[in-house]
Amino acid sequence: MAEIKCVELCKNYQQGDAVIKALDHVSLDIKQGSFVCLSGPSGSGKTTLLNMIGGLDELDSGQISIDGQRVDLLGQGPLADLRLHHIGFVFQAYNLIPVLTARENVEFVMQVQGVPAAERKNKSMAILGEVGLEGMENRRPSQLSGGQQQRVAVARAIVSQPKLVLADEPTANLDSVSAKHLMELFRELNEHHGVTFIISTHDERVMRYAGRLIKMQDGRVIADQGQAPE
Amino acid sequence: MLNLRLAWRNLWRQKRRTWLTATAMIFSNVLLVFMISLQFGSYDMMINNTLQAFSGHFQAQRAGYNDNPKLRLSIDAIGALAQDLRLRMPDTKIAARAAAFALASSDQRSFGIQVIGVQPEFEPGVSTLPGLVTKGAFLDDPGAAEIVIGSVMARNLKVGVGDEITLLGSGRDGSFAAGILTVRGIFNSGLPDMDRSFAEIPLKYFQEMFSMGDHGNTVAFSVSALDQVTPELNQAAQALKDHEDLLLLDWTRLHPGLKQAIQADLSSAWFMYGVLIVLVAFSVLNTQLMAVLERTKEFGVITALGIKPRKLAGLIMLETAMMAFIGLVIGLFLGWLVAAYFNTVGFSYPGMDEVAAKFNLPGKMYPSVTPFSMLLGPVVVFLFCLLASIYPALRLFRLQPVDAMRAA
Repeated sequence: MAEIKCVELCKNYQQGDAVIKALDHVSLDIKQGSFVCLSGPSGSGKTTLLNMIGGLDELDSGQISIDGQRVDLLGQGPLADLRLHHIGFVFQAYNLIPVLTARENVEFVMQVQGVPAAERKNKSMAILGEVGLEGMENRRPSQLSGGQQQRVAVARAIVSQPKLVLADEPTANLDSVSAKHLMELFRELNEHHGVTFIISTHDERVMRYAGRLIKMQDGRVIADQGQAPE
Repeated sequence: MLNLRLAWRNLWRQKRRTWLTATAMIFSNVLLVFMISLQFGSYDMMINNTLQAFSGHFQAQRAGYNDNPKLRLSIDAIGALAQDLRLRMPDTKIAARAAAFALASSDQRSFGIQVIGVQPEFEPGVSTLPGLVTKGAFLDDPGAAEIVIGSVMARNLKVGVGDEITLLGSGRDGSFAAGILTVRGIFNSGLPDMDRSFAEIPLKYFQEMFSMGDHGNTVAFSVSALDQVTPELNQAAQALKDHEDLLLLDWTRLHPGLKQAIQADLSSAWFMYGVLIVLVAFSVLNTQLMAVLERTKEFGVITALGIKPRKLAGLIMLETAMMAFIGLVIGLFLGWLVAAYFNTVGFSYPGMDEVAAKFNLPGKMYPSVTPFSMLLGPVVVFLFCLLASIYPALRLFRLQPVDAMRAA
């Protein structure tokens, strides 16, 4: 799982009379277990590319496949199942459910997956411990700092052990210590559990962890460093 | 369980708005519980009073008599039959009657009237008419040539208590029926038709005058409360099983107009209740639409995580159901308190006592506190609230994760 192939991806957005090329014939192959960073200025197409790979948005043209399955051809229901069972998302703005505690936020996705309550509890407690939130399980997002909220979001993304994690500027709102902890955690998951990471970032500190760095500009890939040879 | 917790906490994100909507539900539920129970109570009273005025709760008659009340469609040995029924049904008041049309004449005037032969000792048990005699007294001698007439008839015939009236009519066998009777009492029922053309004489005198032998036309039954009609009717049917020519008619057949009047009143009341319920439903619709709009970004994120729209729609429905349940429980409790209070002390409005006293009726209405009258309104409100949440829930099916996450 998590062998990703993108072929000639195009996506345009209409902004008033202007057409913005968010993705302009982007082609990529990402091997299983890669640790990929997408970098580039705002509007370069990083987030759009992540959204397309995660099946959150529709392509204008091109093909995306994950482990040979065409994502761009899936309907809403199968796409939701793909995201639920195989992809973990980490968003820039944490996006936790404000009325649920840290543990409940982590459990929420597992509950929808049909994981039994006792297993959910064990897994969520363990993962919150792993991300350094032991003792804060019953706090609501408003009672946690930005870094702590982001760690809850990461715990939520990885608790079901997805093969692919898509992270959109995960360190944008974190201090340097929290950012370092988060990246260490990502690297640990990548190296020991084989989780494929695709991270969009402006942050040089994040890029240092990348096994492969893809630079984007105006919706195009302008540099691809560290790509494993065929 | 997590869904329940999530729905419950979501409900209290906007406490003031939730309470405002729940208060609208509570208010409408209290109103519906009280109004419906009062309405049902007033129907019970209306039915009871109408039946107790003269007809009784049910009657035994010969087949066809109700539609075509001919003297010849009679029951033989009616006095003995009524006595036998009284022994078998000790909780029910029973009286035998006969009825005919006659020309009533005083010294100066003549009018066509309906003459009823009654058993003076048993008639007060099945009819409130004896209690409405305002001048003189009701009949007491089973065989006396005495008559009780309505106040309008007394005025029309220009007679008073102690004066004589001549009755002329046709007997059961077609013979000439005539009698001279003394006015013993004058009643005032408040019902113009009854006061103008209705008179009662002793059954024995009636049977002699109209050549009825021991025949009569109806046996009237009166029970203690409306809910006793069915069991007592069944008991009467059992007691009369050997009388194949007799029919037992309950109030819906004796007074079809009364049933229609109640149905018409119910229809107009339900229109009013419907308006109230629709207003509450719109309030819920507004609240849940706002809730969906405010949480668009959150719903976008949840959808991005792989949760399908139907789960989110279910969450919105669950939140609505919880809010409606709060409205139902509190509204039902307060409504029950109000209805139970008036069920004990009675409900009246200024002037009701005086009007009711004129017709020998109770001066207060008592709401009917039954599970049906209590639950009917709140359950309908609950269902309409759920119905109102369908539209906001359906909007979630059109949610695009990326667009939703960009929402402010």
